Amino acid sequence: MKNKAVLMGAVLSVGSVGAILGGCSETTAKSGGLNPQSVADSIHAVLESDRTVYTKFVVNRLVKEEKVIKASEHWKDDKALPLPAQMFRMGAEAVAEKNAGFSYSLLSLWPINKQNEPKTEAEKSGLKFIAENPGQNFYTEEELGGKKYYTAVYPDMAIAPACVECHNDHKDTPKSDFKIGDVMGGVVIRLPMS
Amino acid sequence: MASSKAKVWAMWIAMTIFAATYLGYAMAGKHQALYLPGATTDGHYQIELKCEQCHGGGFEGGAALQKACVRCHGDELAAVEDSHPRKKFTDPRNAERVSKLDATLCVTCHSEHRPRHTRAMGVTLADDFCVFCHADIEEDRKSHKDFGFEGCAAAGCHNFHDNEALYEDFLVKHGGDPDLLESPRVPARDFGEFNRRVHPDQAIPLLAAASDAPSSAAERKIVDDWAKSAHADGGINCSGCHSKTETDRTWVGKPGLDVCARCHEAEQTGFRAGKHGMRLAAELEPMSPVLARLPMKADVKDQPMGCETCHGGHRYDTARAAVDACLGCHDDDHSREYKKSPHFELPAEAAVTCATCHLPRLAHKQDGERRVLVQHNQNFNLRPNEKMIRTVCMNCHGLRFAIDALADPALIANNFRGKPSKHVGSIDMAIARELSGEKDKDRKERRNEEGS
Repeated sequence: MKNKAVLMGAVLSVGSVGAILGGCSETTAKSGGLNPQSVADSIHAVLESDRTVYTKFVVNRLVKEEKVIKASEHWKDDKALPLPAQMFRMGAEAVAEKNAGFSYSLLSLWPINKQNEPKTEAEKSGLKFIAENPGQNFYTEEELGGKKYYTAVYPDMAIAPACVECHNDHKDTPKSDFKIGDVMGGVVIRLPMS
Repeated sequence: MASSKAKVWAMWIAMTIFAATYLGYAMAGKHQALYLPGATTDGHYQIELKCEQCHGGGFEGGAALQKACVRCHGDELAAVEDSHPRKKFTDPRNAERVSKLDATLCVTCHSEHRPRHTRAMGVTLADDFCVFCHADIEEDRKSHKDFGFEGCAAAGCHNFHDNEALYEDFLVKHGGDPDLLESPRVPARDFGEFNRRVHPDQAIPLLAAASDAPSSAAERKIVDDWAKSAHADGGINCSGCHSKTETDRTWVGKPGLDVCARCHEAEQTGFRAGKHGMRLAAELEPMSPVLARLPMKADVKDQPMGCETCHGGHRYDTARAAVDACLGCHDDDHSREYKKSPHFELPAEAAVTCATCHLPRLAHKQDGERRVLVQHNQNFNLRPNEKMIRTVCMNCHGLRFAIDALADPALIANNFRGKPSKHVGSIDMAIARELSGEKDKDRKERRNEEGS
């Protein structure tokens, strides 16, 4: 029950998870119970939507269309916008700092930073599956550090020219022929299982 | 027989009571050192007898320790974009790594009370700790093929936490800068300007005659000193400091440090975070040279450290605070060589003082504005010394020169008299990788094909 409450809180708002935890057990009871897949799907819907908004209406609009500011990997030094993938990771790290009860990451079979390549067995098979089966998600369970997790992997698509150009042109990229609509990587969401 | 047994018991009980009393007294009084399991690091020895500073009130265990580390060092790490923050390692996908090296806890690498295992920067791991996670580095960086893992941090190329001046793209961007920049420039402080802008009605220069000190306190010399100070220039009268609070103007003969903090809060926060003020922050007697581990001058051994120790009362002479105050106590090679160094020989308006490097002028966010204030934590950019590159060196020097100079202990000891005799290869490697152009070549070919 407590676990469900935690997960429900996570669904309602990634940003304000902590605030919601206290008062949501009643809501969960009325909802008739949530399975981990629907919780993960809901978290993903929030993550994906927020990032799409940032990518299309902030970065792509201001950088590519209006040409008023740059987006840069070194955004602080360059007084520029953080890249969408960085914005996403900063969110993941902020959630980690809150001990929000779940975690997520952005990984790829073709990562610019090698630390973001799949590491666990679930990540490896998940990223392979979503690359080979466009439009489908991957769900599994895994044990890490003695704890069990429900792990969901969602395809991360190239939605704007900025995604493709930046990845194709980056000196550390292992793949230089991404096109709009390609699966570039995957979002991995982990929920602890009691 | 029975009586001798009773005597032994009586003696035993008496000794137990004595030992318990002494140990109890030691814990509560001035003999806490008895409980130290080993000498502490240079960073913590000043406060080592305030056990609760790190261990919490009732020796609360690991969580309290971690909290204490973050309390003093957390902001600093966040400000330099820590390359290995805790939040990266709490992700379950790093569980296997954490099982080898628990990077979620500071004490995994910085264990206290272990003098025989303590290395530079208070690290208590063997120097090759990077291998735990980066054993396959040569797959990504062929240039690193023959490097030993003990050299990652020791060679001046990488730091575990602060790589702000060492990351690859930064090396490429600034690798070609000349040893001495065309227009070397130390940032200007803007406290006075800020004060005049925020308090235009109060920040009106005052002359000696305007002194509002009671006649019993208004000695001629003191009033003259004040009249020449930035305080008088900024409209701060005697009662500005010599009053109980900002609203209760009752005269106070000897204002404490809290009075300075009324206007100089950021400066004092820095001071209390560094070696000069950390004992005050821990509510101990102030630091004095006799307590220092660095060589100090014996004639000032009992001089307590406060704002006025360096700034002097009433005159608040920042030029004195920037050199002579330091050299009044510090007696190590680097300090003694300063007045023979090229930095000292510069004309006054371009002076590079002790403070220029060790108490640097830095951008600081306050009241929603960006201001340039003096960072009064002299440890802020001291260790590892690459932290100085961006905060100080690059105001005047190129990145390549700065990295090399800071990697040369002899040059540091003689206070930068001469050229670096060491050369760190990081910039060369970064530029070579940038220019190798294999990926660029592929990309150009692909584009040409697409274009045709």
